[in-house]
Amino acid sequence: MARTLLDKVWDAHTVRTLPSGQTQLLIGLHLIHEVTTPQAFQMLKELGLKVRMPDRTFGTLDHIIPTLSQARPYADPMAEEMAAQMIKNSKDFGVLLFDLESGRQGIVHVIGPELGLSQPGMTIACGDSHTSTHGAVGAIAFGIGTSQVRDVLATQCLAMARPKLRQVRVDGALGRGVYAKDVILTIIQKLGVKGGVGYAYEYAGSAIERMTMEERLTLCNMSIEGGARFGYVNPDATTYEYLRGRPYAPQGAAFDRAVAWWQGIATEPGAPFDDVARLDGPAIEPVVTWGINPEQSVGVSQRIPSPEAAPEAERPTYRQALAFMGFEAGQPIKGARIDVAFVGSCTNGRLSDLRAAAEIARKGTVAKGVRALIVPGSQEVAKAAEAEGLHEVFQAAGFQWRKAGCSMCLGMNDDKLQGREMSASSSNRNFIGRQGSPTGRTLLMSPAMVAAAAITGVVSDVREML
Amino acid sequence: MASDPVRRQVVGRGIPVPGNDIDTDRIIPARFLKAVTFEGLGEHAFEDARKQEPEHPFNQAAYQGAGVLVVGQNFGCGSSREHAPQALMRWGIRAIVGGSFGEIFFGNCTTLGLPCLVASLDDIAWLQRAIGRAPGEPVTVDVERQEVRLGDRVIPARIPDGPRHQLVGGTWDSTAVLLEAGSAIEATAQRLAYVKGF
Repeated sequence: MARTLLDKVWDAHTVRTLPSGQTQLLIGLHLIHEVTTPQAFQMLKELGLKVRMPDRTFGTLDHIIPTLSQARPYADPMAEEMAAQMIKNSKDFGVLLFDLESGRQGIVHVIGPELGLSQPGMTIACGDSHTSTHGAVGAIAFGIGTSQVRDVLATQCLAMARPKLRQVRVDGALGRGVYAKDVILTIIQKLGVKGGVGYAYEYAGSAIERMTMEERLTLCNMSIEGGARFGYVNPDATTYEYLRGRPYAPQGAAFDRAVAWWQGIATEPGAPFDDVARLDGPAIEPVVTWGINPEQSVGVSQRIPSPEAAPEAERPTYRQALAFMGFEAGQPIKGARIDVAFVGSCTNGRLSDLRAAAEIARKGTVAKGVRALIVPGSQEVAKAAEAEGLHEVFQAAGFQWRKAGCSMCLGMNDDKLQGREMSASSSNRNFIGRQGSPTGRTLLMSPAMVAAAAITGVVSDVREML
Repeated sequence: MASDPVRRQVVGRGIPVPGNDIDTDRIIPARFLKAVTFEGLGEHAFEDARKQEPEHPFNQAAYQGAGVLVVGQNFGCGSSREHAPQALMRWGIRAIVGGSFGEIFFGNCTTLGLPCLVASLDDIAWLQRAIGRAPGEPVTVDVERQEVRLGDRVIPARIPDGPRHQLVGGTWDSTAVLLEAGSAIEATAQRLAYVKGF
């Protein structure tokens, strides 16, 4: 019978079936960062255990890293302690850490693919829910908690149950000004933030096949926002060309042998799915969230829906969202005033995202009273962007050009919303308090839409500016 | 936590937190993740929600000391932070009954020996009202029999076989179980083309 990528990767990584009926699943790549590992390393020490496969474990510093001055010690003593602890644990346990001196530091989900660490057919785990990002290269990649980080450090394995598989098909060409971010926000709007619970998503269809690797990374990144613990795209020529020549990808003749193996990993024609969902690519328009979870979104030309239009069970959340955001049902999203613009994050902090934002930044200057930050996803992204002069484009337009890190996606460093500020953000979560202020408000959108909002001071349709 | 790892059933007073899609940022805001231990997280559970909603159940005197949390759908969605179940557990929660759970959150809870059971939305609504009427009544979360009992009402509540087996058998501390595979771990790795080298 024809098999899916999920079946093949799962079976190849099965160590054994546990007495509980779960699978003991081998993890081929373990990525770690400073926020969710210190307790895990401490537990390892208490158990007297080593890191089982240090050469399959890689670390970085991303969540707490300041994006202005990175001189040590950091101004925030707790950030300094967390960084110091990560550096010490990596050294003590023999794990390679991409620290700030490495030139390869960045958001864990940006550097994994960028360095060629994340490859097709792997199982990848990291103590961060957006590990689903790495599914873009054709891997089974998912977020775990700290006790599971301990499990992977100690045993290179996890106890897991195989999820059901839903194929999400997007066919047809995307319109101008419509990006991967708009596609995934539309998928989440259609299937819901709970729609993927119990499922993994296989993204397919002509719109997905045409996407670049960076677009696919954006797409898979937000699988978790739709409730799916992981999502993937089958590896193809786009994947292989992306990986060719990257530092940790196979080199020379080994690369050709790897491609042959990777080709064998993809879902075979006729393989069965537990469910299939279909979306029409040309119907997708630039999307903006208006609420407090990523499902609460509308096309930029549309009006904010009334709670009465929602299923009854969702109405309280809709009402809470309208009250928190200060919006009225029926109000157009276009024209909503913003205070802050943020381009960055593991969703949209890659070179193509910065290029898309810069294209808009060239057309004007940041509106009076708007604070606009551009935060590259990694040191490599920053270097590449600077090589083509994007930092100067942004600075000339009044955007702040920052250093690499997670920054205002979750506000664990100094980059936070203040009070009830309204943020146009290229990140992944519009949860209450997410961007560092308990009352701060977030509108999720594509990087080009963020740049358009920064320049006009209000939510704008980027298609009118291209 | 009690030193006995077996979680056949949990008995405690209930606390209802209504609403769907309550994310882990809401349970524990990111600023409390700036720490190298989980200590002291209990007092910050739902911190911002409690400040913004004075009537939040975690603020109410009647629910102090409760052990069974009753929630809506997709509870614990979002960030993978184990700090969320750690905060709830350190506040005193010993079991959660909900409409559905974010999967990473569910897995984290299991790894901490904190059972999460799923009940029908009607039963959840009834349970939340019943607890509101009589917060002193004990709620029994029976993991083994997959039911929740309050007074003379018995509510069916599901938990997948794997986690149920781990909780009832006391084997939810997975490191020891996974280590038992021994050299089969390395053997599995060596069968993978990308580990052995292309």
